[in-house]
Amino acid sequence: MDIRVQEAPFDLGLETTCFADRQTDMGAVVTFTGITRDLPGGMDKMVIEHYPGMTEKALQGIAEQAMERWDLGDLLIIHRYGDLAPNDRIMMVATASRHRKDAFDAAEFLMDYLKSRAPFWKKEFGPDGTEWVAAKPEDEDALNRW
Amino acid sequence: MDVLYFAWVRERIGIPKERIETSAKTVADLVAELCAREERYAAAFADLSALRVAVDQELTDFDANIENAREVAFFPPMTGG
Repeated sequence: MDIRVQEAPFDLGLETTCFADRQTDMGAVVTFTGITRDLPGGMDKMVIEHYPGMTEKALQGIAEQAMERWDLGDLLIIHRYGDLAPNDRIMMVATASRHRKDAFDAAEFLMDYLKSRAPFWKKEFGPDGTEWVAAKPEDEDALNRW
Repeated sequence: MDVLYFAWVRERIGIPKERIETSAKTVADLVAELCAREERYAAAFADLSALRVAVDQELTDFDANIENAREVAFFPPMTGG
C-alpha cells in the first residue's frame, strides 16, 4: 500500500508504470485519475485545502477497508493539495488484483470514499470570483452501494 | 482543546485554529458556547446540516462527547477526489 498526500505534481505515466512493474503475481491493474477541467470561461485556478493528520488517517482507513474487502495485491493513492491549474492532475488511485473485477470494484470504492470521506475542500477561482465547490448529494448516496 | 476550522467555515470565522478552554460535554454544547461569543461564530454555525465535525480527527456527529477530546474540527462536506 502506498498513500501519498502532496503539494507537488506527480507523473501519471511514471506512477502507473512503476505500480504495474512491481506487481509480479497480479494479472490486472486499474487506474483512475482526477483532472481539473479546462472549460471555456471556466476557472483559472483551483486551491485544495486539507486537514493534515486527519487526511492521512482517513486515506489509510479507506485503503485498509479496500484491501480487506477485495482480493487486492496492492494499491496506490496520490492526492494533491495547494494550487492547481486547469488540466492538472488532482489525484490518482491504482489497484492491482489477480483478476480484473476486484481491481475495478476496489478502485470505484476508493473513489466514492475519497470524494466524501477524505478531508479535502476545493475552491475555484474564476472570472466571476471565487467559489467553494459544493458536495453533491449523489456523492453521499454513492457510499450506500458498498 | 484545539478547535480547527476549514474551507468556508475558516473564512467566515476568520481564523484556522484556536485554543479554547471549555467545559462543554458535547460538540453541540461547544457550538452553543461559540455562537454565544460573537456574531461571526453564530453566522458560521447557522445551519448545522451544512457542517461536518471531526473529534480527534475522526468524523462524528454533533452529539459526540468531547470531554476528553484534544482536537475538534468544523468544516463543510468534503470534496475530495
